[in-house]
Amino acid sequence: MSSEQPTRRDFIYVASAAFAGVGAAAAAWPLIDEMNPDASVLALASIEVDLSPIDTGQSITIQWRGKPVFVRHRTREEIAEAESVPLDDLPDPQPDEDRIQRPEWLVMIGSCTHLGCVPLGQKGDFDGWFCPCHGSHYDTSGRIRKGPAPSNLEIPPYQFVSENRIRIG
Amino acid sequence: MRIFAVTFILALAFALPTHANAATGDTPPLPSIDWSFEGPFGSFDRDALRRGFKVYQEVCSACHSLQFLHYRNLSQTGGPEFTEAEVKAIAANYTVQDGPDEFGDMFDRPALPRDRFVSPFPNSQAARAANGGALPPDLSLIVNARPNGANYLYALLTSYEETPPPDLEMSDTQHYNLAMPGALIAMAPPLLEDIVEYSDNTPATVDNMSRDVTTFLAWAANPHMEQRKRIGFQVMIYLVILAGLLYFATKKLWRGRKWQQPE
Amino acid sequence: MSENNHSSSYTPRSALAKWIDKRLPLPRALHDNFSSFPTPANLNFWWTFGGILTVCLLIQIVTGIVLAMHYTPNSELAFSSVQHIMRDVNYGWLIRYVHANGSSMFFLAVYIHIFRGLYYGSYKAPRELLWMVGVVIYLLMMATAFMGYVLPWGQMSFWGATVITNLFSSIPLVGDAIVSWLWGGFAVGNPTLNRFFALHYLLPFVIVGVVLLHVWSLHVSGNGNPTGLDVKKVDKETVPFHPYYTVKDGFVIVMFLLLFAYFVFFHPNLLGHPDNYIEANPLVTPAHIVPEWYLLPFYAILRAVPSKLGGVIVMFGALGVLLLLPWLDTSKIRSAKFRPLYRQFFFIFLLVCLGLGWLGAQPAEGGYVIAARLLTVYYFAHFFVILPALGYIEKPKPMPASIEESLESKTKTEKL
Repeated sequence: MSSEQPTRRDFIYVASAAFAGVGAAAAAWPLIDEMNPDASVLALASIEVDLSPIDTGQSITIQWRGKPVFVRHRTREEIAEAESVPLDDLPDPQPDEDRIQRPEWLVMIGSCTHLGCVPLGQKGDFDGWFCPCHGSHYDTSGRIRKGPAPSNLEIPPYQFVSENRIRIG
Repeated sequence: MRIFAVTFILALAFALPTHANAATGDTPPLPSIDWSFEGPFGSFDRDALRRGFKVYQEVCSACHSLQFLHYRNLSQTGGPEFTEAEVKAIAANYTVQDGPDEFGDMFDRPALPRDRFVSPFPNSQAARAANGGALPPDLSLIVNARPNGANYLYALLTSYEETPPPDLEMSDTQHYNLAMPGALIAMAPPLLEDIVEYSDNTPATVDNMSRDVTTFLAWAANPHMEQRKRIGFQVMIYLVILAGLLYFATKKLWRGRKWQQPE
Repeated sequence: MSENNHSSSYTPRSALAKWIDKRLPLPRALHDNFSSFPTPANLNFWWTFGGILTVCLLIQIVTGIVLAMHYTPNSELAFSSVQHIMRDVNYGWLIRYVHANGSSMFFLAVYIHIFRGLYYGSYKAPRELLWMVGVVIYLLMMATAFMGYVLPWGQMSFWGATVITNLFSSIPLVGDAIVSWLWGGFAVGNPTLNRFFALHYLLPFVIVGVVLLHVWSLHVSGNGNPTGLDVKKVDKETVPFHPYYTVKDGFVIVMFLLLFAYFVFFHPNLLGHPDNYIEANPLVTPAHIVPEWYLLPFYAILRAVPSKLGGVIVMFGALGVLLLLPWLDTSKIRSAKFRPLYRQFFFIFLLVCLGLGWLGAQPAEGGYVIAARLLTVYYFAHFFVILPALGYIEKPKPMPASIEESLESKTKTEKL
C-alpha cells in the first residue's frame, strides 16, 4: 500500500486538476461578460446631431452613452481666445486645433475630469465652463485652467456626416 | 444494482415525453419537414432566412407584429446576416414615433437599426378591431410557443382547404384549416403562389414560402441557436475529456482498493 | 461543525495558520469536514448525489444572481425583460437556459438522492434528523422552484400561480383571506410577481443554511453505506474524503454535467412548456395546465381526491408522511440488500411514483383519475401498512459481520 501511495505529482492528477481549472475559468467568462454593455446598449452607442438650429454663441447639451455632451457654436472671440493661450499656461497642454474639427464647433463630454460632475457653461474665470462641485475652471476650448481637475474636458469620437450634421460615437 | 440503473433509465423515459402529447386534439399528425436548423449540427439556411424575411415583410407583417426583434438583429451573425447598410435601408422604410422634441411634441422619423420592428397595430384592441375580433398573435416566439412549432407552422400555412365538410358550422370570418385545432381559423389563407417576388430564382410556391417564413420565424424565436450549438459541442467535448481524465485518476487512486472502483 | 466523533487531524503548517487556528478555526473545520473526514470505503455511485446536489445549488445561485441583474419583476415588463436576457444580454441565453434546466437537473438529482435513502434505509437511527432536515430542504426546493417558474410571466407561470395559490382557498373560514393576502390583490398580479421574486431570491440562501445543518448532522453520525452496517474500524473501513471521494465524485459530477449540458445546448426547451412562451393573459386559460415534471406526482394526488380541501390535505400529507418515515419502518435492518421483501416493495413504490408522475401530465378525466386514486391509495399504504408490517414478517438475508468483511469477500470474488 505505502509503496503505491499515489502522490500529487502523478501526471494524471496534475492533468485532471489543470484541465478542470481551465474549464472553470472558461465557465466564468459568460458570467463576467454578462455585465458588459449588452446589444441594446451598444445599439445606442452612436447618435447623430443636427447642428443647424444652434446659432453662434449658443450651445446644446445632448445625452450620449448616458453622459451629457456639450455642442457649442463658438463665437469669433471665443475661438481667438482659445487659440491665443500660450501652452505653457496650461496644466494639460493641448493646442485648440487638436480639440476641434471645425473651429466654430466645440464638441466635448460634459463631465468634469475631477470627479464627474457636470460643469456649468459660460461661467468661471476663463469664459468657458465652471464645475460647481469642487471649483474647476475650464476655458473656451474646454481646457482645465484652475482647480483640482487633472485634465481637459474629454472630446468624444465624432465626425461630420454632412455640412450640418455630426455623428458622435 | 443493475435493476436500480434500469429503473433510473425507465424513469427518464417516463419523465421526458410527458408534454409532447398535450394539445394535439384530433388534428392530423404534423408533417415532419427536414429543416436546415434541426439536429445538433443544424444551422439556418441563410438564403431561406432572407426569403422568409421577405415573406414576413410583405405578407405577415400586415397583421402580425414581431415585437421582440430589432432591425439591427437582421445583421447579427447567425441570422439572415444582411449588411449594416441593407439593414439601415430596410429600417428606413418604416416610420416610428419619437420625442418629445424641445417643444414637447412627439414627431415621426424613419426607423433606425436600433428600433424595434414596427407593429402593424398600436395595441391589441386595435388589432382585434381590424381583424373581425380575432387577435393576430405576435410572431417573435411563435415557433417556441407551439408544440413541434416549426412543423406546426408549416402545416398551418399549407393545410387550408377550399371546401369544408358540409356539416361543419362556420361563420363568414372563419376558414377551414386542417392543422388548426378545431379546424377553424380566423386567418384567411395568407400565401398565394407568387404573392412575393423572390430575388433569387426560387419559385415562390406556397410550399417554398411556407418553408422560408417558418425558417425565418424559427430564427426569430431562437436568434442565438447557431452559437448555442457551437458552444454546446465545445462544452461536450471538454466534459468528455475531463470525464476520461477523472476516470483514470479515480482508477489510479483506488488501485489496491479494488472493490471501490467506479462501476 | 466541531462535534465530530473523530479527533481532528489538522496541523497548522505556518505561523499564520497557527495564529488563525487559535482565533477562528475555520481551516480546521474545513479540513476535518471536507478533507480528512473518514468516509466508508464501500460507497457506490448512488452516494455521489449529495455532491451533485451541492453543485446544482451553487449553479442555481450563481446563475440566478446574474439573471436578477437583468430581470424586471413587474407584470408589464417581466416577459419582455426575459426576452431581453435571451436576445441582447451577453450570453444571457446561456445563463437563462442553465438556470431553467438547472432546476430540472436539481430535482432529478434530489429524487435519486431521496430514493437512494429509501433503498438503503438512510433514514433509520441515528439519522432520523438528518433525513427530516433533508425533507425540509426538498420542501424549500419545491417552493423556490414554483416561485421561480412564475417569474417569466408566461401563460403557465400565471396559471400555475393561480392554481397553486388557490389551493389555500380550501382552508375553512380564512381561506379566501389567506389567498388574497398571498396575491396582494384579487387575482395573481403585479404584487404577487414582486413578492415571488423577493422570496425566490431569498429562499435559496435559506436552503444553503439548511443544507449546512444537513451536512452537520451527516458528520455527526457519519455516512451510511450500502451494507447498512456501522463503521467499526475507522482505519480499515474508511478512507479520507479527500482525495478518494473528491476525485471519484468529481468523475460522476462531470458525467452528470454532460447530461445537463446536453439539455442546455441541444434541447433547452424540452423540459419546459410551449405555453410559457406566450405572455401571461388573465383572460385566457391554457387547455392543459401542467406543472413542471418534478411536481407531477403530487399534482396527480391532488386531482385524485374529489374534494377540494381533501385533495389539498392528501397532497400535503404525501409530503408530510416522509417526516414520519423513520418511525413507520419497523425493520432493524437498514439496507434493502439484505431485505428481500422490502427490496421488491421498494421497486413497486418507485414505479407507483413514476406512474403518478405520468398521470399528473394527463387530463383529469375518466380512467386517469381512477388510476391516480389507486396509486394514491398504494402510496399511503406503502408507508402506513407495508413498511410497518414488513419489519415483523420479513426474514433478512445473511449479512456480513462488518464492512471490512463485506469488502474482503467482494475483493475475493472479483479476483476469482
